[in-house]
Amino acid sequence: MKKKLLSAILSTVMIASLLAGCGGKAEEQAPAPAQEETSQEAPAQDQAQEEAPAQEEASADEGKVLNIYCWNDEFKRRIEAHYPGYTPDAGDVAKGAIGDVTVVWNITPNDDNAYQNNLDETLLKQADAAADSKIDIFLVEADYALKYVDTEFTMAVADLGITDADLANQYQYTKDIVTDSNGVLKGVSWQGCPGAMFYSREIAKEVFGTDDPAEIQNYVKDWDTFNETAILLKDAGYSILSSVNDSYRVYSNNVTSKWVVDGKINIDANIMKWVEDSKALVNAGQTATHELWSDDWSKGFYPEGKVFSYFGPAWFINFSMAADAEGSIGNQGGWAATEGPQGFFWGGTWICAAAGTDNAGLIKDIMLQMTCNEEIMKEIVVDDDDFVNNKPAMEAMAADAGYTSKILGGQNPLGMYCAGVENLDLSNLSIYDQGCNEEFQNAMKNYFDDNATLDEALDLFYKAVVEKYPELTY
Amino acid sequence: MKTARRGKVVSYNKWGYIFLIPFITVYLVFQFIPLVSTIYNSFFENYRSGLTQIGPNFIGLENYKTIFTNGDIITYAKNTLIMWVMGFVPQIIVSLLLGAWFSSPSLRLKGQRFFKTVIYLPNLIMASAFSMLFFTLFADSGPINSILVQMGILSQPYRFMSNIWSTRTLIAFMNFIMWFGNTTILLMAGMMGIDTALFEAAEVDGATSAQIFFKITLPLLRPILIYVMITSLIGGLQMFDVPQILTNATGDPMRSTMTLIMYLNKHLYSKNFGLGGALSVVLFIITGILSMIVYQFSSKKES
Repeated sequence: MKKKLLSAILSTVMIASLLAGCGGKAEEQAPAPAQEETSQEAPAQDQAQEEAPAQEEASADEGKVLNIYCWNDEFKRRIEAHYPGYTPDAGDVAKGAIGDVTVVWNITPNDDNAYQNNLDETLLKQADAAADSKIDIFLVEADYALKYVDTEFTMAVADLGITDADLANQYQYTKDIVTDSNGVLKGVSWQGCPGAMFYSREIAKEVFGTDDPAEIQNYVKDWDTFNETAILLKDAGYSILSSVNDSYRVYSNNVTSKWVVDGKINIDANIMKWVEDSKALVNAGQTATHELWSDDWSKGFYPEGKVFSYFGPAWFINFSMAADAEGSIGNQGGWAATEGPQGFFWGGTWICAAAGTDNAGLIKDIMLQMTCNEEIMKEIVVDDDDFVNNKPAMEAMAADAGYTSKILGGQNPLGMYCAGVENLDLSNLSIYDQGCNEEFQNAMKNYFDDNATLDEALDLFYKAVVEKYPELTY
Repeated sequence: MKTARRGKVVSYNKWGYIFLIPFITVYLVFQFIPLVSTIYNSFFENYRSGLTQIGPNFIGLENYKTIFTNGDIITYAKNTLIMWVMGFVPQIIVSLLLGAWFSSPSLRLKGQRFFKTVIYLPNLIMASAFSMLFFTLFADSGPINSILVQMGILSQPYRFMSNIWSTRTLIAFMNFIMWFGNTTILLMAGMMGIDTALFEAAEVDGATSAQIFFKITLPLLRPILIYVMITSLIGGLQMFDVPQILTNATGDPMRSTMTLIMYLNKHLYSKNFGLGGALSVVLFIITGILSMIVYQFSSKKES
């Protein structure tokens, strides 16, 4: 019995051990050539810098293939629509051309860590790869940006010839995320994802007698007030949040220390405040412990869910809140946005140049056009409803009464995002963030559900993190 | 004539070896070499932190020491066994009952073929799809909870995935549903191998059907029963996909549904081939011992 299972497991174990062999080899080779790489690369970068004032087309000695690694076609669509001189390949959707350079899109979905696994393996082999098959550009998300940025596999933006003056209009937080431990900027982004608190206008009117964002802000202006408001809502039969995990990012973006200090796991006071506040909310029945994106969690997108608010960035209302579905709150323009207790951000995509690329000039131009060219960025806002990484442009649009959101019942939320993004301090990121954040929420769910004491849940968290990062202690 | 005959034998032997080559090659490449390299790897500190490879450094039995001193392996072995027993006990009871009914000469059930197919069907569904289905069915606001609340059985939804025993029960139940058909067919084959003359003789002597079952069927079925039990135990030790998908790889609540293989899988996040290898070797030894027991029993039966 269970022969099928047995053989599946056995073969998994065996594949794992096969990989173990490969892993060993890769390790022996990786460090040394990577160093050579950077030393070889230095002259190339100088050349790129000299060429910079000239034109990107002048880069005759550059490679003819531009390999871009990403996890969905968002960046591809942005390039196709907005990068001057990009022509899609008629026959092959995974290819395109800029001048005489072929652009190859290598898209691996994020699911099950597949994108990172693929990127890791390819980056580790980068030094030995042929010039045309080396990665030139790869994209990263905030949660794991430092894993790549804080290594020598990523090129400094300054080495490409992009100056601080070029990037002056970008939001500081988008730079903090991709700045390595030596203070070197290693990537750029065209979008900003500051978050806001979205609340149901109907519930607000019923409970507080108004749905005016400025008034509602008084009810949620800090965490203490927020928790008192939760009681009011509970008495009226509503949950303030769909799940405790909704507010996690708001707390974890406002920490004053890193997840790991000197190789020891460290839990910031603000994270513990999340635990304390959330436990109180759950015990009082004011919210639940659903996982984000689960069916239970999304019930609140509809009036029957009886959820007062969600935290999210601009893309959240457009893509996630079931605005297309008949009968949802978003479909009826029933949400409104306010700043909430603390500023935070969620998501975002950063463009990084891989060390060893032979297309430095072209990469520089792509980065400049997509993330610094105000004309193109305004185009992106108008065409794609994005919040772009350009302070003056966004502030101008925030003041523009002509821009309103249908889902938010005719409100212009850009001003809110602009205010929220100003106060973000992301100097406390570490390469362990993705694993720590995930495991912390998983472990604390047990505490919230009364399956464990706080200490047991914390022990479970430590144990799970050490499994992911064996070099850490606690 | 003698020499000619010997020549023929030799040439047959040669073909025997030639036909064995594909198997041996595949076995060596996909089974033996990985097996040896797993054991070899278990003596090294060898993992990846982000993009930084650490090791391999030879650390002797340090990995084994880590595994046995932090006590996790005992906890997860216990979880695995608890869930296996919870699934296996109903499975063997139902299978014996169904097997006895299907093979009973006096009952002569109609539509046997149909029922045999139906009870085997759950095994054809991919385990991950099956647990995805259960995950949705038993969600806090899923259909099962809505039905129970609407029928007035529960006043508010029961949180199946947030309680230790309900989660374990769900996993055991899924394993039971998936495997009882398979077991039934095995046991039925065993029962049909029993000489019908024995049953008839018992009936003539006035034995009740319960007596026939306990005094004739069960003792004669013993070898098959032991085989079913040991293979199921080995399969149970490898329990992975059902709890992995149902609990989203967390083994929640409080890792009470974390099985040994899920634990092994945890080490692969950091490509920790040292600890993962050591854990695999321990599992290999346990499974090896159990297989030896099966071999002992089956060879005894032949003699």
